[in-house]
Amino acid sequence: IFWFNYRHVANTLSVYRSVKRLGIPDSHIVLMLADDMACNYRNPKPATVFSHKNMELNVYGDDVEVDYRGYEVTVENFLRVLTGRLPPSTPRSKRLLSDDRSNILIYLTGHGGNGFLKFQDSEEISNMELADAFEQMWQKRRYNELLFIIDTCQGASMYERFYSPNLMALASSQVGEDSLSVSHTFFTCLFQFKVCPQSQCVSTPGHRTDLFQRDPGSVLITDFFGSVRKVEITKDTINLTSPVEPPIKRSGSGDIQIESLTYVDQLPVAEIIHQKPKQKDWHPPDGFILGLWTLILLVFFQTYGIKHLKHIF
Amino acid sequence: MAALQLEKQRGRYAALAIAAVVIVVGIPLWWKTTETYRAWLPFSEISELDSLQVHALRPSSRQNHVCDSIGSAMIYNRVFDKADLSLHMLSESSCGSVVVYVIPESSTLLPEDVKVYVGQRRTALLRSPPFKTSWNLKEVLSNLDVEVEQVVSTMSFGHQDIVAALSNRVRMTKVTKESMADSMRAIKSSPGYEITFSLLNPDPKSHSLHWDIEGAVQSYIQPLLNKLAPIANFSVDSQILYYAVLGVNPRFDNSVSAYTLSADSLSHVINPVEARLGSNAASSNPVLNFLLYVPDAHHSPLFIRDHSKRKVPSNAFHSPRWGGIMVYNVNEMYGPEAERPVDININMAKVMGVFLAQLRLMLGVQHTHPPTGFVLQSPGSAGLADWELDRLLWSRSVENIATASTTITSLAQLLDQIGNIVINDNIAQQVSSAVTSLQSAVAELEAGNLAFALQYSREAILASERAFFDPSLLHLLYFPDDQKFAIYIPLFLPMCVPIVLSLLKIVSEAKKRRADKQAKSD
Repeated sequence: IFWFNYRHVANTLSVYRSVKRLGIPDSHIVLMLADDMACNYRNPKPATVFSHKNMELNVYGDDVEVDYRGYEVTVENFLRVLTGRLPPSTPRSKRLLSDDRSNILIYLTGHGGNGFLKFQDSEEISNMELADAFEQMWQKRRYNELLFIIDTCQGASMYERFYSPNLMALASSQVGEDSLSVSHTFFTCLFQFKVCPQSQCVSTPGHRTDLFQRDPGSVLITDFFGSVRKVEITKDTINLTSPVEPPIKRSGSGDIQIESLTYVDQLPVAEIIHQKPKQKDWHPPDGFILGLWTLILLVFFQTYGIKHLKHIF
Repeated sequence: MAALQLEKQRGRYAALAIAAVVIVVGIPLWWKTTETYRAWLPFSEISELDSLQVHALRPSSRQNHVCDSIGSAMIYNRVFDKADLSLHMLSESSCGSVVVYVIPESSTLLPEDVKVYVGQRRTALLRSPPFKTSWNLKEVLSNLDVEVEQVVSTMSFGHQDIVAALSNRVRMTKVTKESMADSMRAIKSSPGYEITFSLLNPDPKSHSLHWDIEGAVQSYIQPLLNKLAPIANFSVDSQILYYAVLGVNPRFDNSVSAYTLSADSLSHVINPVEARLGSNAASSNPVLNFLLYVPDAHHSPLFIRDHSKRKVPSNAFHSPRWGGIMVYNVNEMYGPEAERPVDININMAKVMGVFLAQLRLMLGVQHTHPPTGFVLQSPGSAGLADWELDRLLWSRSVENIATASTTITSLAQLLDQIGNIVINDNIAQQVSSAVTSLQSAVAELEAGNLAFALQYSREAILASERAFFDPSLLHLLYFPDDQKFAIYIPLFLPMCVPIVLSLLKIVSEAKKRRADKQAKSD
């Protein structure tokens, strides 16, 4: 939770804004943010996050819907969202409910290295784990086409291991380069893809399109960034007749009986608190193996004494 | 000298003993305690599933009674739907079967130009083509075969339906644009669906809308859902949204003095509205939304135009796998002098007629294009003819079997590939039960028992989904090789150095002794 990671939060929120502006509703966006910038005590303008130092656009806004924030942003949760292996109690907004016709855009930003991306300064996700997760998504047909954008140092290493079809990947820097990302320049790099000189972008963007089945030249950015639904006109209707109202027999008196309303049982708190203890597998106590070896060595030296070591060596 | 020799000997034995303990006890112990628990999975049976071939039997029986007796009773009424009902009473046909009654050519049961009448249940009346009196029974029957085949292929499933059901697994080679649209429109098979009816009232100051949604759902939608109960569980809810506007501004068309929405702008309507719709947060079942939009007083009446600029009679449109929207104009129900807000009762029969048609499309009831001379009885209040239901059940069963088998085989492949995932006992149990259900489903499908096949396929898909998406199957135990080395070297290197060195010393001493002995004997 360092202040100079402000730019990562700003980047992610800018992408979030663009995607929303192009029509994708919140129910189709999973936003994972270490949401500690807007209310950070070092933020000169609290409750705001700006994407440019001119402070023109507050990307935080009133209607940002962060699905995973703070400590929930972990490698495990990210992989769970991708593969769909969430516990049954997870609400819809935290799930990736995609099917075989969905195009998915994944935007990752942060600190990274050769083959990994840092999560929250304490965890890493490796490129192999990401490739495996995408393969599981493909097996279950959870996407039609997937665009993977990564904005970290040595970002190109993250997509080296992909092996599932219909993936396209863009990275802001190659292996061995650092990415000093400012989101606006990155996006201009994105749109004028091969025309970005080294001087302006500092790092060379990389891309990988060999797993993509369509011709990459024909792919529109808006295929992933925006969404327009296919619509058909309803031509047929069914003729229904109004049903005959069944006569409602009221019991004798003219008073209307009103059922007394009761509250539905709230979640039984007692059950939640007294959870079954998790069954732990038996592991030998820590250091058991170390202890075993020490014992062996001690016995050895006990029997023969230190001075006889020279017979061994 | 001898004592030293003895000491050395003992030293050698000690070193050997320790090396033996390390290898025999230490290494297996370390291996056992660091391996991941993986329950046994029936991999061989799963690989068989990979090359599964499904044969679906379409049972059809041909009733060759020449139905004179019944026909004559009905001639006077010329009411052939009643005839269909009485025929249905004759033989209760099982789920999935098609019964074709052949009536003589001269019979007046069917009107002149109608060759086949397809009833609401599973029966059809076929007027037999003219035949020579010289033919014997066999020739007559074989002549009928072509006609019967035509009837059966209309009422029951065909090659196209099966291919459409498998569209996301099997590459469709010869695809017509329409069948592609059909396969994309129907929502994927799922154990449950949520249907949400929403009333959008952008102008509560002018219109006070009343809709008897509960009654309408009970009378119109529920019969269809009851009929579809073997396929999935349905839950229905409704909501009313105030001040909800369409995201698109309609244009005023002077020629009809009404506002119009062109077909092109319809696709931009849904997303802004969807953001405001509530849904049941607790379940992750797919949602089908049906919206009823009553335009505000200033933009009434509002009509939808199709691509050829004609007015759409239903005034509704739908989006595949999402739901439908209908525009309901109320401007004719009140005059300018009415007191605002005007109380309006919405005609639920008309609304539900449209929604029911859209619901049928969403759920995958294929559009039938009967050949000429066929008359299809309207399904009426049930919403779905029995034979249409059968067709849906066939395609659902096949789709479920395909999906479940793909899930299981890919799960097995995944678990094989990624060696670090822990496989718990409950997952193994789910996988085994999925495999047995799949095998039963395929067997039932071959035998032609549609109801059982569907049930088994549903069980198979539930078990396979539960196994695949179990939260415990996470491959977080990926350690790159250099990390593994970094962990073990500080533990084992200090132990192994004395052992290895002492063993080496023993070996070199033994070699020297043998060389000495050799030199001595020479």
